[in-house]
Amino acid sequence: MIRDITIGQYYPGDSWVHRLDPRLKIVAALVFIVTLFVIRDFIGYAMAALALAVTIAISRVPLGFMLRGLKAIFVIIVFTFTLNMFMTDGETLFDIGPLTVTREGLYNALFMGTRLVLLIMGSSLLTLTTKPIRLTDGMESLMKPFGALGLPSHELAMMMTIALRFIPTLLEETDKIMKAQSARGADFESGSVIRRARNLVPILVPLFISAFRIAQELAMAMEARCYRGGEGRTRLHELRFRARDAAAAALGALFIALVALERVFADTIYGFLHII
Amino acid sequence: MAKHAERTIIRIEDLVFEYARDGEPGPSRAIDGVSLDIQAGSFTAVIGRNGSGKSTLARNINALLLPCGGAVYVDGFKTSDAASIWEIRQRAGMVFQNPDNQLVSAIVEDDVAFGPENLGIAPDEIRRRVDAALGAVDMYGERKKSPHMLSGGQKQRVAIAGVVAMRPKCIIFDEPTAMLDPQGRAEVMKILGELHDEGITLVLITHFMEETVGADRIVIMDAGRVALDGPPAEVFRHVGEIRAMGLDAPLAVELGERLRKRGHYIPYGLVTVEEMVAYLCR
Repeated sequence: MIRDITIGQYYPGDSWVHRLDPRLKIVAALVFIVTLFVIRDFIGYAMAALALAVTIAISRVPLGFMLRGLKAIFVIIVFTFTLNMFMTDGETLFDIGPLTVTREGLYNALFMGTRLVLLIMGSSLLTLTTKPIRLTDGMESLMKPFGALGLPSHELAMMMTIALRFIPTLLEETDKIMKAQSARGADFESGSVIRRARNLVPILVPLFISAFRIAQELAMAMEARCYRGGEGRTRLHELRFRARDAAAAALGALFIALVALERVFADTIYGFLHII
Repeated sequence: MAKHAERTIIRIEDLVFEYARDGEPGPSRAIDGVSLDIQAGSFTAVIGRNGSGKSTLARNINALLLPCGGAVYVDGFKTSDAASIWEIRQRAGMVFQNPDNQLVSAIVEDDVAFGPENLGIAPDEIRRRVDAALGAVDMYGERKKSPHMLSGGQKQRVAIAGVVAMRPKCIIFDEPTAMLDPQGRAEVMKILGELHDEGITLVLITHFMEETVGADRIVIMDAGRVALDGPPAEVFRHVGEIRAMGLDAPLAVELGERLRKRGHYIPYGLVTVEEMVAYLCR
């Protein structure tokens, strides 16, 4: 049923990770992604994977739920993997027909594959443990300093809030229009792709009109409730940087320090090996 | 219903409002010289056919529309005075017809907090008001839900809570039950009664005659003017005029009228079903 749809992929829970300040979680996810690109070897990835595994365990999001998110980009992972495996020059390992697998190719493929999986799992952990609306709050707060540069942080956040609120409403509206048009003999299921696309016009036109009407009514209702932009507005849910956020930030900093150390350390080792 | 000293909270003076309409040379007049004084703490029902100007009148009270002629005052503030527009909207809250298109947030309690947030109230005070308002409309248990999971009547109750949390002196209801099923309608009308008991001034715009019988005062609008105005018992003496304006009399009034025609003695002033039953079964 259309009423049951969930927006985003939030996994309801009350874990330590769920309760962290959304701002911290957004920054942490970004830092984690950057770190993945800084790491140059598998020792680093093992550290990143360990850190991620611990965070997932604390968040109590079932692993199956996390892997479902990977399913959508499975094709991309396979594609990257194969491309890297066959397209890298180097020492030949074995041949599959006309294709040659090199040692460097296999290494690259595994390296890129690991990077992608960690990247997706790391960023989806953010959306899995943060309600879309809190994510919006966090983004608004993080974007605020850019207000001086003309970035309308409050307006963008309000737009996202309203979009989240009205996605189900518009889906219901679409459902209603489709039924109404079907009752008049419209056919959405058969014919070529082009014909089917063209058959969507009788849905889209009323849907757009309906969306404009909703927007107008909502704007009036918001004005009636004294909405006048972000100026002088307070929030029910104030974002507060608590002790647990500081603790999490410290752990994150430790992780970055270890990864950086590993990288420096690895460099010396490789250099050392090279001299010998 | 403690009656305090009579005090006018909404004063409408000779209001004229005109819409520009596509394809027509002149503007069309939606409100044509309406004057009303609404007392603090009263419950006024405004009823009329489609196009009688009742919704336009409602939007003029909280300055969503501004008069073309005459003036509207809310608690002493003039609506055409741009500086007092937010004072007015905080004092005169408004609940609209469509329960879906007036909720802003995807979480019930965040939506109720929207008005107080706009007023710049401190977070812990917002929390208190939101909890109290949700309790008042009996929706506290649903505070974490998403509006699209609620029934029409529940959504409308959330909308009412959103207005109540702003602590308005009066609330204008613009056909709040028009899109609800009978159960949702009953829920909303029950809350209206409770708000009235708390001393909030209510103005109910409706086209259901049955909903007006609980009001202290009924204003019947026709073609942009006030056609009848008075307490229910008074107004429903003019059943013939009411019908001529394309409206139905409430069930009890209709019954009384028919019994009278058959030669039974039925006193005027019995407007609710309960009153009629009590009289007939005495």
